[in-house]
Amino acid sequence: MSEMERDEVATDQVLEEPRARPQAVRQPRASRTSSADDANPTVFDVQNLGVLYGDFRAVENTSFQVREKEITALIGPSGCGKSTVLRCFNRMNDLIPSARVEGSVSYHGIDLYGSDVDAVEVRRRIGMVFQKPNPFPKSIYDNIAFGPRIAGWKGDLDGLVEESLTKAALWDEVKDKLDESALALSGGQQQRLCIARAIATSPDVVLMDEPCSALDPIATLRIEELMLGLREEYTIVIVTHNMQQAARVSDRTAFFSVDIGDGGQRTGRLVEFDRTDKMFTTPSEPDTEAYITGRFG
Amino acid sequence: MTSSPTARAVAPVSLRATGATRRRLLVQSVFKSLFGLAALFTILVTVLIVVSLVVPSVEFFREVSLARFFSTEAWAPLFNPPRFGVWSIVSGTAWITVIAMVVAIPLGLGVAMYLSEYAPPRVRSVVKPVLEILAGIPTVVLGFFALFFVNPLLVQRFWPFGTVSTFSGLAAGLVVGVMIVPTVASLAEDAMKAVPRGLREGAYALGSTRREVTTAVVFPAALSGIVASIVLAGSRAIGETTIVLLAAGSRPTLTWNPGDQMQSMASFIGFAGIGDQPTGSIGYLTIFAVGLFLFVITLGLNVLSIRIVRRFREVYE
Amino acid sequence: MTSTTVEGAPARTIDLSSSTSVSRRLADVGFLLFLWLSLALALGTLVVLLTDVFTEGRPRLTWELISNMPSARPARAGIQSAIFGSLWVVGITAAISLPLGIGAAIYLEEFADPERWSNRLIELNVQNLASVPSVVYGILGLAFIARGPLGLGFTVITAALILVLVVLPTVVIASREALRAVPTSLREGSLALGATEWQTVQRQVLPAAIPGIATGSILSTSRALGESAPLLLTGALTFVTFNPGGLDSAYTVLPIQIFRWVSEARLEFRPLAAAASVVLLVVLLGMNATAILVRNRFEKKL
Repeated sequence: MSEMERDEVATDQVLEEPRARPQAVRQPRASRTSSADDANPTVFDVQNLGVLYGDFRAVENTSFQVREKEITALIGPSGCGKSTVLRCFNRMNDLIPSARVEGSVSYHGIDLYGSDVDAVEVRRRIGMVFQKPNPFPKSIYDNIAFGPRIAGWKGDLDGLVEESLTKAALWDEVKDKLDESALALSGGQQQRLCIARAIATSPDVVLMDEPCSALDPIATLRIEELMLGLREEYTIVIVTHNMQQAARVSDRTAFFSVDIGDGGQRTGRLVEFDRTDKMFTTPSEPDTEAYITGRFG
Repeated sequence: MTSSPTARAVAPVSLRATGATRRRLLVQSVFKSLFGLAALFTILVTVLIVVSLVVPSVEFFREVSLARFFSTEAWAPLFNPPRFGVWSIVSGTAWITVIAMVVAIPLGLGVAMYLSEYAPPRVRSVVKPVLEILAGIPTVVLGFFALFFVNPLLVQRFWPFGTVSTFSGLAAGLVVGVMIVPTVASLAEDAMKAVPRGLREGAYALGSTRREVTTAVVFPAALSGIVASIVLAGSRAIGETTIVLLAAGSRPTLTWNPGDQMQSMASFIGFAGIGDQPTGSIGYLTIFAVGLFLFVITLGLNVLSIRIVRRFREVYE
Repeated sequence: MTSTTVEGAPARTIDLSSSTSVSRRLADVGFLLFLWLSLALALGTLVVLLTDVFTEGRPRLTWELISNMPSARPARAGIQSAIFGSLWVVGITAAISLPLGIGAAIYLEEFADPERWSNRLIELNVQNLASVPSVVYGILGLAFIARGPLGLGFTVITAALILVLVVLPTVVIASREALRAVPTSLREGSLALGATEWQTVQRQVLPAAIPGIATGSILSTSRALGESAPLLLTGALTFVTFNPGGLDSAYTVLPIQIFRWVSEARLEFRPLAAAASVVLLVVLLGMNATAILVRNRFEKKL
């Protein structure tokens, strides 16, 4: 069966029986019920976070918590700083020379921006998947093996590659062509490869920056299924501009909006943060309700 | 479950760099320092150039006053008695440069406009490599061509103003011009290609011919880049040594006739250098004084060309 | 011509054949002729030059040309010492300028903060150095390397060091462009997996940039091979009839040998100069063609 045909079968099954049989993707069907539980330990504690690029303030005074083994979604209109906030979690903002961080982001109680914290260590433990799939121009095997290799890991690489690809629901499709170039895969497959690559280093958190926005709806659906399955093992924070996606997959949602200052500066701020099922049925803030009902954004 | 590269089950006690990571970071800082030294070396080169030009020049001007340097005296620093009036070689430089520009500007811009607006892809794929070949011809070979072909078969035969000897500024200037055509052509073409398609399409939609689009829309829009390319090419013409040395002779002549022999600042430096002047002699020091003069002029032109692009670059959005 | 008439309205005619005036079309043709003429002159000059050099040099294009040493007697002269001298000098130039230039480019592209004034200064400086006339580097070499503090005399190593300075800016600029062409998403992906910047450069960026860097390296080395002006000032013009024996050996290089023969008064040296030019051109053409081949063949679409 070609991937397209299999995708069609999967879609049929999703549309007909949303909660029944396992799909063509050989993963145990993940539960769509929320895992949000206030007893879950806190992974990220964001307190009064502000981010500036030079003089431009991208995010102001944001506070919320990300809990273990939940999917937390950051949503909001474009330019509201949600990607900026996400990139604070793995110190990727460091790559922009003029970026400055105020307030604090702590990870399992450790201040991520503390003076003796090393960004490389941070990124070993917190993985990231990007908006546009960015596989390396190497073989599929070498893509997955890259993270462990550079960390100097000496274990069973073959086993780790297989395990990562299986968890990313890609193993069956590529197991016979591990030595072929990753660039030959389709967009959806490439993104699943990037997810496999990220989990190969056994992070405890996976950050996803609009992982489906470059993909077609069918590939999107498969990635969402994947996310729900990964939730058993990993804490996931996802930025998405697609509200329905947030409603479908996330346990908690942080809704950001943008304030337009004088001079046209767009500064993002957190409007509301709550369990997803509550926010999408009875939002507390009027702005949240306006966004969710499509009145703006 | 296979053992994992990081201890995920246990929350990390600290995020400080561990042993393996420390090693990687150490390796990185070693390489970073090495590469940084290499980058710093480029600054050292400029410092050396400036020092090597200025220090002997200062000594030179202690013996020969600035007034004398710019006087109407003849230029004969290697003779006895030496003469230090620089205008002869400045005039030679000017002649060579002007002739070169007269050749290179129309040819270079014509080729650029053709490649950018008219050429079908097949023609482009032939012309561009040929231009690269032309750009790669060593100046010695061009000097050969100027002395043994251009001068006897073109200049001597067709120049109507007086007799032309074996050497002529005109022959050298023409070949220098041909040498810099690829410079003008490729930089001007880049500038024209950078003009957004939307501008052209708007003009075509109004019923313009291709010539009108090229001359009235693309050319003005790319003007800053085109001017910069011409300035840069001029700077190259001013600094050209070998062609002038071989084809224009070594007699500094203040003249209105480009068919005469002449010497430029750059070719004087080459000429004096070959002559193996004893270190510290006035002839030796003259090399540096003229070199400084040349360096300042070309540096000024190069900075000007960068400035032109920056200041007047069209903002298309 | 079609005419449409509406009841009561005056008759209109639509004419879609060309309506441009004669003078406009004349200008179009004239302009095109000017463009073709420029092209013809530029390319034609190249053709004439190559033909002239080849025709004049043909009688001397023999094996003796390469196996003989220069001699006062034109019948016996050859370019062996010049060829070996060029090999020595250009080889050392490449060995020094390439690591230096590529290293500087890596620093500037991958490690340096582009906002800081010190790095902007370095960038501007390299751009300026690239447009300094090559004879000025000869002056520097005369003052500092051949004589002056280093005092290395008129030797192979002097020539190589000067040429390193001449081609270094080109190597830096070409390598930087090759590095810049590697998409940022590759670097981000690598860093996000916990690689250090150096590991990212070493394992992702450099491999992807190698074709561009190789092309730039070949082109700058070929430029060093054809340079004459800076070496005129540093003793390459001495009469050298032996191959270099070491770094401190006297030397001559092919462009300088050609220079010597062109400036000779005796007519018999003319074909020699032409033949040597042919040899030089063939080598340079070969190098440039290789560079372009490398660029076209290995340019991966990332």
